Amino acid sequence: MNIAEPLSKPGSDRGPDQPAIVAEALTKAYKGTLAVDHISFAIARGSVTGLLGGNGAGKTTTIGMIMGLILPTSGHVRVLGADMAHDRYRVLARMNFESPYVDMPHRLTVRQNLRVFARLYNVARCEARIEELAKTLMLEDFLDRAAGKLSAGQKTRVALAKALLNNPEVLLLDEPTASLDPDTADWVRTCLEDYRRKHMATILLASHNMAEVERLCDRVIMLKQGRIVGDGTPADLLAQFERDNLEEVFLDLARGRRNAAPQNAAPK
Amino acid sequence: MEQRFSFFRVHALVMRYIYLLASSWPRVADLIYWPLVQMLTWGFLQTYLARLPPQSGFVGKATIAAGTLIGAMLLWDILFRGQLGFSISFLEEMWSRNVGNLMMSPLRPMEFVTALMVMSLLRLAIGIIPVTFLAIWFFGFNLWGLGIGLAAFFVNLILTSWSIGLVVSGLLLRNGMGAEGLVWTILFLMLPLTCVYYPVATLPAWLQPLAWALPPTYVFEGFRAILVDHTFRYDLMLMSFSLNMVYFISSVFVFLCLLQSARKVGSLLQMGE
Repeated sequence: MNIAEPLSKPGSDRGPDQPAIVAEALTKAYKGTLAVDHISFAIARGSVTGLLGGNGAGKTTTIGMIMGLILPTSGHVRVLGADMAHDRYRVLARMNFESPYVDMPHRLTVRQNLRVFARLYNVARCEARIEELAKTLMLEDFLDRAAGKLSAGQKTRVALAKALLNNPEVLLLDEPTASLDPDTADWVRTCLEDYRRKHMATILLASHNMAEVERLCDRVIMLKQGRIVGDGTPADLLAQFERDNLEEVFLDLARGRRNAAPQNAAPK
Repeated sequence: MEQRFSFFRVHALVMRYIYLLASSWPRVADLIYWPLVQMLTWGFLQTYLARLPPQSGFVGKATIAAGTLIGAMLLWDILFRGQLGFSISFLEEMWSRNVGNLMMSPLRPMEFVTALMVMSLLRLAIGIIPVTFLAIWFFGFNLWGLGIGLAAFFVNLILTSWSIGLVVSGLLLRNGMGAEGLVWTILFLMLPLTCVYYPVATLPAWLQPLAWALPPTYVFEGFRAILVDHTFRYDLMLMSFSLNMVYFISSVFVFLCLLQSARKVGSLLQMGE
């Protein structure tokens, strides 16, 4: 698979020892309801971290705060050294995201959409980059078709192409393989693994697909009612909860069959 | 390297709206349809009133014959279509659920606003310019004959339309599609107050200060001064421009405050009702 060469990475905030994402006592309350409750974590550069939790656990709010689209009630979140509440424009060109909560203009063709976003991200040689991504993500057959006329799977691949346009150092993904058939989903996961390996990119993904999380993630952060109830490698969590797979761990936590781990505690 | 303001990104967003217009003939037709209907309606009314016999007792005949109705309608449409051009371009992002993508990109709020202003001008040009030429053909009224006056009227009206568009777009960001109705209706509050079709003196005395607080009022008074008195009132245009500057700067501030508020309540990722 041919994914573009990594960007050169000069700059004081790009050292390999600095975490890519740091959340400190991150809290978000909506009209008195705590959506995210004093969570803290640091995500290492070049890692893939899964954010797991049931509906309403606080995953989307957490990702929204990491992107700077939602302001924390208290606490801080820094991405590549920039405070995302106040200084996000310093690093937005080095990040990207994909989410089922957003879409791309339906009447524009895939190529037109990618061209617009390539220019917004100031991508050099944008037409060549679009062709390259079209080849990598197999978009060539519908590159000149209106985005609104694509199947759900095709839309997901186009959204992924948009997310990779600027070779982001930090990639935030919300359900990246939702609506894909197993074969295409597997292929997308391979693509993400390949992208991470070639670019040393940091990926944070929210997913309900436990097999996907076990395959892609070096680390899993489990959320319940806005609090971290599990944090560690998939193997650590399986050992901690004495389960065979993450789905069982997830169900234990979601249904309260096991006591949650202490807030922000490292796994045993 | 961080760029404070990039015309390259403004161009990218303008390109997105041009792609949209080029792909949708109903959108283009809609730009021309209503100004045309308005022009025909007011043009025929003007023709009828101008032909009333002297014994009818109608005393505004000379004013009407000068073209105040159809001219005022065309100027009103600059104001109305300018605001719609700004706000509908913004609404297109909400309809397509693209706001999150844009807000997460390096596009800065003032670049977004600049692109919306460019689109307001472009949509206005598509809608109004053909209709002004049709007004010459149908009714012999030449808006372009106003010369420098037309330029002054246009600048002042478009500035007001952008100020209103900014506030409405901020409300949409903050409150979601529940505020969509404002896009279509908010400007009509100005229709009676800015005295589009009649002099300010027509209003009751207590309402006149409010009318003079609105920049378009000076434009419509200035328009009538040209047509009826054949005088270009620089003083009115300067007053309108000064007020416009105050309103425009205030509306930018309001838009940025509403954007910040949208980040607080988390509405940027959930652009529904």
